[in-house]
Amino acid sequence: MSVDKDTVRRIAKLSRIALDEARVGPMVDELNGIFAWVQQLNEVNVEGVPPLTSVVAQRLKMRDDKITEGGNANALMANAPEGEDHFFVVPKVVE
Amino acid sequence: MSLPAILTDFTLADARDAVHAKKVSSKELTAAFIKAVAAARPLNAFVTETPERALEMAVASDVRIAHGEARPLEGLPLAIKDLFCTKGVKTTAGSNILSNFIPPYESTVSQNLWDAGAVMLGKTNMDEFAMGSSNETSHFGPVFNPWRARNSNANLVPGGSSGGSAAAVSGNLCLAATGTDTGGSIRQPAAVTGIVGLKPTYGRCSRWGIVAFASSLDQAGPMTRTVRDAAILLKHMASVDPKDSTSVDMPVPDYEAGLEAGVKGLRVGIPREYLIDGAPPEIEALWSKGADWLKALGAEIVDVSLPHTKYALPTYYIVAPAEASSNLARYDGVRFGRRAASVGDVVELYEKSRAEGFGKEVQRRILIGTYVLSSGYYDAYYARAQKLRTLIARDFNEAFKKCDVLLTPATPGPAFGVGEKTADPVSMYLNDVFTVTVNLAGLPGISVPAGLTASGLPLGLQFIGKAFDEATVLRAARAVELASGFDAKPTQWWRAA
Repeated sequence: MSVDKDTVRRIAKLSRIALDEARVGPMVDELNGIFAWVQQLNEVNVEGVPPLTSVVAQRLKMRDDKITEGGNANALMANAPEGEDHFFVVPKVVE
Repeated sequence: MSLPAILTDFTLADARDAVHAKKVSSKELTAAFIKAVAAARPLNAFVTETPERALEMAVASDVRIAHGEARPLEGLPLAIKDLFCTKGVKTTAGSNILSNFIPPYESTVSQNLWDAGAVMLGKTNMDEFAMGSSNETSHFGPVFNPWRARNSNANLVPGGSSGGSAAAVSGNLCLAATGTDTGGSIRQPAAVTGIVGLKPTYGRCSRWGIVAFASSLDQAGPMTRTVRDAAILLKHMASVDPKDSTSVDMPVPDYEAGLEAGVKGLRVGIPREYLIDGAPPEIEALWSKGADWLKALGAEIVDVSLPHTKYALPTYYIVAPAEASSNLARYDGVRFGRRAASVGDVVELYEKSRAEGFGKEVQRRILIGTYVLSSGYYDAYYARAQKLRTLIARDFNEAFKKCDVLLTPATPGPAFGVGEKTADPVSMYLNDVFTVTVNLAGLPGISVPAGLTASGLPLGLQFIGKAFDEATVLRAARAVELASGFDAKPTQWWRAA
């Protein structure tokens, strides 16, 4: 399997990364180089093998459903590129 | 114990004993390291130096010591990889997108260290979001290896992604440093800078407050000048943390206690698949030497097989980018981090902020991750890789029926030149060929310096242990440390620069 320019444009869009048209061609080559190398995984018979989803031999821990921290809106807003009264500001979304 | 002529030559263990015995104050020690850090700026090991904070912490430590209230790491200056969030101190992950991010909270691992009395010298440079094996993907420029080949002035890479931490420890700019390891990012830089690097079992150190790369693989660990120092630092980095649901409920043992127990009767497995084509003969020679040392000390050498080894790297380059594409979705230019100027709508805000904020390698990996998770390709790539991961983990389970610990080379070669491998991503990825299997299986691994190449560059050996058996890994590494007698240090050429 290999990717073409349209696929790269599509996954860049899905990734929400603006990719200059000049970068599309080189990115096709870079990704195809990597996918060609990854292709060797197809040699292995994985019939009946379960996927490994956790290396920890422990049931996922659940915490109590209660508030442990809060009241720190000022601290959380301190890194916002643009904010107003504890709201994050973005370009207008709804007309 | 006698004091070294130069305070920055201290090991962590000796500095601890000297500070506790009031033979040297934390302030003197910290001031010496602050000077060493400033003199080593040509190495570019630090993104942020925190000398004022370091001195404040040192003075507070000296007060505690005077009052007989010294904690285990009281007054000991450390460097922290810039992937650990530090409250009030810029934390960049080596990325432009976080170039002005000041966390309002502290990572659990760094908090554990401050609670044990340690002093922070600053934040170390690294590959962007820990994606790299040479520290060349950092937005803040490459780090140079303190080591140079004999009779050469060419700058070499310090490995990556914890390249700044490795250079800082190797160049005596701190007593020890923290690193993180997703595919080899502690062990590979440790090996090529002549220091000790330990990746603990997944779940041993909390991941809370560490900028996430690939959550099922990331693990924090110590980078130190000796095996004993790694045992000491791990003890105080590790904890059971309610803030990390993958933190495992097991008490943290005293890793220092069994360090000198030796390897008599220890079954050391040699996995034949780690003999790879194209590796320099020096790597193989050092590996055999390591086995000979252990045998001479009474260990039993056992041939074992890890048949799926060659599939580990390609498996990793599906799993890690997939997790990264999801983890890095949070950088959108809205709540924190860099935002692109003058954008039309909100989608353009995301797309431009991420295009400007992420470097080339990070963008490449996000695209790979998005692709292998996308509809129609998930089964062919991601699901298959997750099954390969099962087979790789099973290989280790089988091998550990026949042995207690595995011995392998740490890297396929010594430090390479700056710019030498940046053009071809796959050739760069191959640096992690011996380290990445351990992350996929969640096991502990250590790199210990064991010798020099003909051109005078350090090489490491790796021990891989059973889950939560860091103690055996450390004990075996200590035996190699003693047997090799490795005590070479880089010349401090940067002081003349």
